[in-house]
Amino acid sequence: MSSGSIAGRTPVPLINSLTPRRALRALLPALSLALILIAIAYLNPRAISYFGFNLMLNLAIPIALATIAQMFVITGNDLDLSIGTFVGFVGCVTATWLHDAPLFGAAVLIGSIAVYAGLGALIYLRNLPSIVVTLGMSFVWQGLAILLLPKPGGKAPDWLLAVMSVKLPVVPFPIIAAIVIGAVVHVGLMRTSYGAILRGAGGNPVAIARAGWSLLKAKVILFTLAGIFGVISGMALIGITTSADANIGNGYTLLSVAGVILGGGEFVGGRVSPIGAVIGALTLALAASPLLTFMHIPPDWQVGANGAILVIVLAARALISRKDA
Amino acid sequence: MTQVRALLAKPWIWSFLGALAVWLAAIIFTHGYGAGGMLTAALSLAVFTVIVGVGQMFVITLGPGNVDLSLPANIGLASAVAMKVMDGNDAMVAVGLLAALASGLAIGAANYLLIWALRIPPIIATLSASFVIQSIDISYGRGLQIKPPPGYADFSNLQFFGIPILAVMTVLFTVAAGIALQRTVYGRSVSAIGQNMRAAWLAGVPVGRIRFLTYMLSGTLGGLNGALLAGYFRGANVDIGNEYLLASIAVVVIGGTSVAGGKANVPGIWGAALFLVLLLTMLNTFGVSAGVRLLLTGLVIVGVITAAGGQKALR
Repeated sequence: MSSGSIAGRTPVPLINSLTPRRALRALLPALSLALILIAIAYLNPRAISYFGFNLMLNLAIPIALATIAQMFVITGNDLDLSIGTFVGFVGCVTATWLHDAPLFGAAVLIGSIAVYAGLGALIYLRNLPSIVVTLGMSFVWQGLAILLLPKPGGKAPDWLLAVMSVKLPVVPFPIIAAIVIGAVVHVGLMRTSYGAILRGAGGNPVAIARAGWSLLKAKVILFTLAGIFGVISGMALIGITTSADANIGNGYTLLSVAGVILGGGEFVGGRVSPIGAVIGALTLALAASPLLTFMHIPPDWQVGANGAILVIVLAARALISRKDA
Repeated sequence: MTQVRALLAKPWIWSFLGALAVWLAAIIFTHGYGAGGMLTAALSLAVFTVIVGVGQMFVITLGPGNVDLSLPANIGLASAVAMKVMDGNDAMVAVGLLAALASGLAIGAANYLLIWALRIPPIIATLSASFVIQSIDISYGRGLQIKPPPGYADFSNLQFFGIPILAVMTVLFTVAAGIALQRTVYGRSVSAIGQNMRAAWLAGVPVGRIRFLTYMLSGTLGGLNGALLAGYFRGANVDIGNEYLLASIAVVVIGGTSVAGGKANVPGIWGAALFLVLLLTMLNTFGVSAGVRLLLTGLVIVGVITAAGGQKALR
């Protein structure tokens, strides 16, 4: 992927000047979300309410968390095709062991984060294609999930149910959660010095290594963060659905990649945006189900709508960038 | 001795050795019972992986970041198209096959159109396309219960002394693919682009056209696979292509093709496909549950890529 820029990507200017077009490009994720919201408001004004948002955005929280997990992996120029089945595996652990034997369940979840860290090290040390490794791992997580929970079932721990169904005054919980997730990751990755190193490990690994930073450590930390957010995503999902199923997270792999790209993330070069990723996840969650329902389009087209949005946003971005060049 | 060493230096030999090892493990477990039947079944199933594997190999050889993620959706749609056009009528088999090929070709063309027009990495382009194709398939193939024409279904399952006819045809096809790769301007151009796109362009290789052709080739092979699968399994299905995302990439990598592009290997695809199918056969004869089977398949793939590793990463 490192040589993908040959085709003539616009060079990054040394001074990060904010031209109108670049500002427009940065605002694109927010604009697409606003557009979807306006469409929903036009089709069904009652949806734009405290209750309506709670309902529509409920499942957006785990999607946003999985998207953030994917974003960390993409920051290091890798791709995680196992995040969906990993979320499913975490869900199964949450609904079984974490409920029946909290200590053991927690240990298993921490162990699974350690597996993610190990994958990061393996991919870096053996210089492996992350696509193949994570595709293989997706089978491993799914196999474990099926072994753990052959039939849908289990029960979420009570404290988790309480957390996920909390009712806040004025602003619905999912919106607060989305803002908190976006803000925390933004500060950590975009505003700290080590966050810059992590992004640099994707942007210019040679320079980072020459400056004396360990690329191995950076890769391990990125994958560990992906594991942590994957675990939180799986737990949040079970807190909402109350029980689990081995296939519950399968759709998240592609949704999370789409969310990162929709949010302005680039596939190479450590150029990502945590806030954009959260907005991208919300856009996909809203467009896939509520918008289609209000437009009376059958659910057959849910995935297709996500694909179409992705293409439209990328087309808009290409148009803006082409003029910028 | 030198011949043995030369043989061991071939990157594809390991996948065949792996296939042999799992086959032996399986027949030792059954005390030799069903050894031939296992090979027949493995050949019949490996055909489908080989066909998409060849398409994926050409795409991956184009260089870092090139991969076709739309194959599963493509296969699913093509299987529905083939069954609808054939409509259970033996006279329509050729038309149905052509329709499935056309559907795959159109998907490949659309993939490259997205890559070219939006200037996005092929992974994202084929991913977006696969979302849309999946929905088209769900909508188009809803409740589709058309059986393949009897003659077509029998032909897909036809065997000659335990060797499936489809497998023989696929061997011929892979030989042709190998010649195309090594001996034609097109094949050499694909490798050249994978080794250094800029150098290839400066040397006068029509980079855009070659990439366009390659994505169309991969799409068309996906379409062919969909039609053949529908015949073999006697019916179309939205999920019929799901396992071929991992399988197509895995056989390319296990077969000794460089994931960094520029170096392809056709014989290895057969070895890797047989290895994957026989691995599943072996696990089935051991009587393990679906969970353990998935777990071990995943671990083997991670293990093989770790052992093979040491190349420039795909992305």
